[in-house]
Amino acid sequence: MQNDRLTSASERGPLGPRSRRVLPSWVSTMVLLLPTYGWLTLAVFLPLLTMFVFSFMSATPMGKAPIVFTLKQYRAFIDQPYLVGIGINSLLIGFWTTLFCAVLGFLAAVALVQSTLGKTREILLILILLPFWTNGLVRVFSWTMVLRENGFLDNLLHMIAPDAGSIGFLYTRYAIVVGLVHGYLPYMILTCYIALVAIDDAIIEAASSLGARWWTILFKILVPLAAPGLISGSVLIFIPVIGSFMEPRILGGRVGVTMGTVIEDQFTQAFNWPLGASLSFTLLAVVLAIFATFSGVLRRGTAV
Amino acid sequence: MTELTRRNTMKLMSAALVAGVSFSSLPRKAFSAGSITVLNWQGYGTDEAWSVKAFTEKTGIAVVHDYYSSESEMLTKLRTNPGAYDLVVLNAARCAQAVAEDRLQPIDFSKVPNASTVDDSLRSNPNFSKDGKGFAVPWVWGMTSLAIREGMPVPDSYAVLADAAYKSRVAMDDDAIINVGVGALMTGQDINDPKDLAAVTTALKSIKPNVKLLWSTEDQWNKSFAAKEFDLSLFWSGGSVRSKRNSKLPVQFVVPKEGGIGWVDGLGIPASAPNAEGALAFANWLIDPVFYVEWATKVGAPASSNSAALSALPADDLSRQVHKPEYLKTMGIMSALPDDRREAFNNVWQEVKAFYAE
Repeated sequence: MQNDRLTSASERGPLGPRSRRVLPSWVSTMVLLLPTYGWLTLAVFLPLLTMFVFSFMSATPMGKAPIVFTLKQYRAFIDQPYLVGIGINSLLIGFWTTLFCAVLGFLAAVALVQSTLGKTREILLILILLPFWTNGLVRVFSWTMVLRENGFLDNLLHMIAPDAGSIGFLYTRYAIVVGLVHGYLPYMILTCYIALVAIDDAIIEAASSLGARWWTILFKILVPLAAPGLISGSVLIFIPVIGSFMEPRILGGRVGVTMGTVIEDQFTQAFNWPLGASLSFTLLAVVLAIFATFSGVLRRGTAV
Repeated sequence: MTELTRRNTMKLMSAALVAGVSFSSLPRKAFSAGSITVLNWQGYGTDEAWSVKAFTEKTGIAVVHDYYSSESEMLTKLRTNPGAYDLVVLNAARCAQAVAEDRLQPIDFSKVPNASTVDDSLRSNPNFSKDGKGFAVPWVWGMTSLAIREGMPVPDSYAVLADAAYKSRVAMDDDAIINVGVGALMTGQDINDPKDLAAVTTALKSIKPNVKLLWSTEDQWNKSFAAKEFDLSLFWSGGSVRSKRNSKLPVQFVVPKEGGIGWVDGLGIPASAPNAEGALAFANWLIDPVFYVEWATKVGAPASSNSAALSALPADDLSRQVHKPEYLKTMGIMSALPDDRREAFNNVWQEVKAFYAE
């Protein structure tokens, strides 16, 4: 169906000017967007709507239990107050991960833009994208090998200082953040890189010829001009990170309890889809509220 | 000529269907004295080729298999295909459900001579029996209890989980039902229906300083145990045998005085079974020491419900050492949970996990 429309649109395209019948611009816009929106409706909106309906049910509608529509799932944060702590924990993990990604990613992107020697830029880009080619689960498990007691990190330390204790920090929040930063860093590098590459070298040359030190150039020119990249990268990272469940589960051990793992448990272990759905939508509302609060900053940043 | 209306088409189709069904069921009916249909998970003991061959040679009864891939699918198949199955493998919790729906017939234990050495605590389990009649022959079992690194003092109670000697050396199974069960045993309650969930929560929270990690797969358990991340853990009896036999890990499975948290699979005969006699004979074969020793040593199996079969295993068999018949005396068996209780159990475990993470 959608393909039919697409072909008819492409046929109409060249026909238009020849027959001197110019279609209004909104028609072509609509035709071009239709496949995308059709797909979005099918793959995102409908499942989301189903989950939204589920979130008002009293039980998962797959057994014999009678289904009653109720708001009780949305009271979870009041009935089970420990969820508030988990929620704050998840937001903190999201905050720190995004912050580390922003700092490391921005610096990496600056290095990438500066490297103009031969093919270094291409090679660096490939090196940055390389982790994307391996499965995320494999990456996280390899971190467990590095961070655990008597892991690679400890072995390295003991090569230098044989008597030192263990510095392995597997099963802590730091381990979760390390794993998440590793997983999501490429997003930040790429968005910052795209923003930085657009900056005219002449501006930086002008600044340095007028005596600006490197930190002035960095904070007065590069960061403000790359703000759109930084902000879109942060949004891209923050949202999946607060819902992540694999990294906390594997790297967090006892402390690896986040909104992501709680929601996952509701769907897999507890078979309580309505509660899982309502928690997801509450989380979505919190994220939207955060973005709404900072929307002024976001708009100013991306408007540059 | 009659028009090909929708109704006529439907009539025609259903007639064809009925004809087809009755035709295809005819040969089975004719052979019913010499054939049984078993409903089970694929590759779970009953369909071993050597065993079926030996059984058919001995009794002249052919064994046909149909498989399910989830326990709810098994119940659905029982509900929608009456008369199709003669023997079904079902978990204790599901058995109670099937009996409540009158899907199973009482077992005539006089036709299952091997059942005389099946442990009484399994046979009389309320999930398998109703009004004093047994509705399934207990087949195999296993349990979750404590596993400890070899050479460490053997604990005699779940209270050891909170013992300060194991600070940051304990791994818990990330499973709500199991943990609530352990909490219930720590506070002297029934694992299936603890009345005082607050006490269970407190008991589980008291373990916090010792809990190093929560494991969810056997592979994860093996890797972490091999890396010496913990010494004491909740673990599966079968898993401990595999860890010791296949990964050569120094693990000892311990059942403390409160007992393990057990599961049992039984062999039931559907109320509509065309060949109950043959099914009973096959059930008898499945708990026979000859079949079990072969299955357990060549393929690998959970513990047999038949103590004679278990003791027929070589004395150094790991599975035999782990699944001692005396453990059955104290073992609590996980039963079917009503939805609200299941939800309450899950909430307890979520709350405890959140407390661990603080």
